[in-house]
Amino acid sequence: MSAESHHHTSRGGRFAKFLTGKFEHAGSLAAFSGKFFVHVLFPPYEFGEVRKHLDELGSRSLPLAGITGFIVGLILAMQTRPTLFRFGADSFLPAMVAISFVRELGPVITALIVAGRVSSGIGAELGSMRVTEQIDAIEVTGIDPYKFLVVTRVLACILLQPLLTAIVNAIGLFGSYVAVAIESSMSWRLYWDSVVHSLTFADLIPGLAKTTVFGFIIGIVGCHQGYNARGGTEGVGRASTSAVVVSSMLIIFADMILVKVTVLLWPS
Amino acid sequence: MAVIELRNISKAFDGHHVLRSVDLEVDEGTTVVILGKSGVGKSVLLKVVIRLITPDQGTVHIDGQEVGRMKSRGLQALRRGMGYLFQGAALYDSMSVRENLAFPLERSERLEAVELEHRIVEQLRLVGLVDAIDKMPSDLSGGMKKRVGLARALITNPRIMLYDEPTTGLDPITAREISYLIKNMQERYRPTSIAVTHDMICARIIADKAAILDHGVLDRQGTMDSLRNSNDEIAQSFFASE
Repeated sequence: MSAESHHHTSRGGRFAKFLTGKFEHAGSLAAFSGKFFVHVLFPPYEFGEVRKHLDELGSRSLPLAGITGFIVGLILAMQTRPTLFRFGADSFLPAMVAISFVRELGPVITALIVAGRVSSGIGAELGSMRVTEQIDAIEVTGIDPYKFLVVTRVLACILLQPLLTAIVNAIGLFGSYVAVAIESSMSWRLYWDSVVHSLTFADLIPGLAKTTVFGFIIGIVGCHQGYNARGGTEGVGRASTSAVVVSSMLIIFADMILVKVTVLLWPS
Repeated sequence: MAVIELRNISKAFDGHHVLRSVDLEVDEGTTVVILGKSGVGKSVLLKVVIRLITPDQGTVHIDGQEVGRMKSRGLQALRRGMGYLFQGAALYDSMSVRENLAFPLERSERLEAVELEHRIVEQLRLVGLVDAIDKMPSDLSGGMKKRVGLARALITNPRIMLYDEPTTGLDPITAREISYLIKNMQERYRPTSIAVTHDMICARIIADKAAILDHGVLDRQGTMDSLRNSNDEIAQSFFASE
């Protein structure tokens, strides 16, 4: 075999190995996710743990998500107003910002911020527990560590995400009003009335419903990466980083599908 | 009568054979120490007993029940009757010492808050760490962590105890203290125990019987004295370090 063909073969082999690794990871994540739907139904229920994680995850994410929502709302209004003004349509600004935020920007921005903050945190926490044998210690106590560690965190993420998104939506709309108020004389009352009248349930429900899917992705990916961490502190770092990367990618991919489903269900 | 029976256990990782046809019996109320160099698979053997690792071949019987065939609930019930002291103690980072001890106890028994607190304080008193009850694991030294780990493992009065390198990483004085603490606990609760270690002083203090794991084979078994007095080269190399 010539050196060149050997080089191609080894490159092909590496690519095949890379692909196999990705498929194995996807299969492992799918199986890990499927287990959640079985375990969540059966007792014992760890409500105390879910409440504790809601407290921790919510307080960890809210400041950053809120600030980001405010700034994005502000920028969206600042960027859009000149174009609308050129067509004499600047009175539509509150409606445009509201629909953009409630349908798309709020859920996706909040999910990406929480993925960076919470999914990595869960990955690091469970990864650290794995490499220091704390997960084994739970298992030998006769307690199902999946139920105790994973189900509680994923449930907390599912419950948390719609709440956080609703708050970020409100903060983002306030941010856009600040931009409007700086450049025009529109009152808060007029702005808010325009926002409320422009929104329907067809905007609110799909926007908030998909956040539960994002919450599931954030929780399950963080848990999966941490739970299966290997290789000491280096493995913990890898779990944390890959939790952010994988959950962010899956959120964007899921959003694409959910937007299509929403359009099919609510064509108007 | 043997409480723990291992029959023909083999285990390999990536083609590397760690355990080869291992047989072991542990009688009720006795402590068997598995001696071996670092990295020979002593901890793997311990994890096979409690099914944290599944063997490639062979069976583990506890009280006559085959552990490998147990369903999830049966296995959980079996594990609630067992205690495990991990090499690094494996205390839960996010919980205080009190919560670490309460965790297994409140899930295995229904106790009033007063009784729960009494059991925790009593257990900590036995390991000399009542003052550390509200401390977090990160505030404890290595020896203190081992003591808390021991208290946590024994708080449910397990019938079977597994000790994974109980004195590793400790200075000689603390290692000796932990060894005597284990000895005292063994005499107090009389659990059936397996301890893995390469610390000969610890082995000498806690062992009723000993076995040497070498290249995955566990065919040198007996009392500490019989192994010491044997002409076997491997056994001699261990006792030479005493």
